[in-house]
Amino acid sequence: MTAVSQTAAPTRSPTADDVVPMVSIRGVGKSFGTNEVLRDIDLTVNKSEVVCLIGPSGSGKSTLLRCINFLEVYDRGEIRIEGTLVGYTEDTPRRRLSNRDLRSLRRNVGMVFQQFNLWPHMTALENVAEALVQVRGMDKASAAAHAGRMLDRVGLAAKADAYPARLSGGQQQRVAIARVIAMEPHLMLFDEPTSALDPELVGEVLQVMRDLAADGMTMVVVTHEMGFAANVADKVAFLDRGRIAAFGTPREVFHESAEPRVQQFLQTYHERNSF
Amino acid sequence: MLDLSLLVQYGPSLLRGFGITILCWGAGCLIGMVLGFVLMLLRQLPVKPLRWVIRVYIEVIRGTPFLIQLFLLYSGGPSIGLRLEATTAGILGLGIYGSAYFAEIFRAGYQAVPKGQVEAALSLGMSYGSILKRVIVPAMLVSTIPAIVNMMAILTKETVVLSIITVPELMYEMQTMAAETFATFETILGMALFYWLLVEVVSRLGRRLEARVTRYLTHASPQGSSSETATARA
Repeated sequence: MTAVSQTAAPTRSPTADDVVPMVSIRGVGKSFGTNEVLRDIDLTVNKSEVVCLIGPSGSGKSTLLRCINFLEVYDRGEIRIEGTLVGYTEDTPRRRLSNRDLRSLRRNVGMVFQQFNLWPHMTALENVAEALVQVRGMDKASAAAHAGRMLDRVGLAAKADAYPARLSGGQQQRVAIARVIAMEPHLMLFDEPTSALDPELVGEVLQVMRDLAADGMTMVVVTHEMGFAANVADKVAFLDRGRIAAFGTPREVFHESAEPRVQQFLQTYHERNSF
Repeated sequence: MLDLSLLVQYGPSLLRGFGITILCWGAGCLIGMVLGFVLMLLRQLPVKPLRWVIRVYIEVIRGTPFLIQLFLLYSGGPSIGLRLEATTAGILGLGIYGSAYFAEIFRAGYQAVPKGQVEAALSLGMSYGSILKRVIVPAMLVSTIPAIVNMMAILTKETVVLSIITVPELMYEMQTMAAETFATFETILGMALFYWLLVEVVSRLGRRLEARVTRYLTHASPQGSSSETATARA
């Protein structure tokens, strides 16, 4: 790891554990064929920070998020989670990580999807308990008990025995969040978690996310909810055509950014959301 | 004149034949499904030559008549040291024949599994084995059961071909009856009844199975788990 980390040298002392950023993205690029979807992305997410990725569709926000847990393969640069390189070995030239090593990395990174992606043949409780048994090796009884507490935490204890088909979108998304927090991840990734929801169901999901943020969870959130980004995020990154065009506190990005593309994006957003 | 007493007279041998038919069919389906599933899985591996071999296997099996495959196995087998009893050859032949079709059914089912369900499992750190067992196969069942039942119904009728290599199944016994009594019409009627009965049973079971595996799409809660929690509380 020496050769690589010297070029991306962190200025602070790396000895103290809490100085290592939760996520460190350096010079990351990705292409689909000739289409460059991510170009030279740099982004740091510290422990307990909430970072929102915003920007027009096709700007690469979801792709970047999916690179963080290697559901999407990045071609250039490096992504580190708590210092560990994502998806590749530390050798030069680097090789792809074995499935086993990738799994142990993913155990600490939870992901919430736009389409919820619950398993329809399992009840809410079974959805939450599944990875506890399969990945954490818990016995079924304690996994079910733990899963029950997680459902309670997202306000769905009463729906434990319901199949996803019988839950509203908002309830499904909360089950999906419970499924992730049951694994006690160090980091949570949200890929447009409210975009597939009816407007009146958005609030309940955002409330659960606010609670998580208040509990100190580190979160990277791709979202079109500018209100959430403005109120909850510590940092906002505005992506445009595969680059981070603006980065800073919500105030810096929303109110003080001179970047014309940010202004244009926000204006379009306001126009669409006004009566 | 229709003489149904013949069916009574030949009853025991016909029933024995029917039993052999069901045995060959059941074992053949089982082998076909297991082999078809393995072929489908191997086809997912990123090994080009393997994929190619499996594709050729499937095309050849689907592109040639079952009768010829059976002859090759039973009569051609000994020339490469493969000496099989008629019934064994029949079961194996049915299994190989079915495997090509089942492999295609399973491939379609595998591709139809929503990608997001697999990604959710991957992001939680689940292994491919766990994902296959707990996520992919249950999702595949829902989409493939109608096609599986259909193929099983087709295979019931392919068992008649086994009579040609002297497997003492229903067709074979029926032919014996026809040869001894010249009662061609009764024979044909009896046979139609037996195979219809078998297919009817298969499709009824299929519908029940389909209702069972898709239960969660319509019902609020499973009878099983709610009664479990009820007893646990009691």
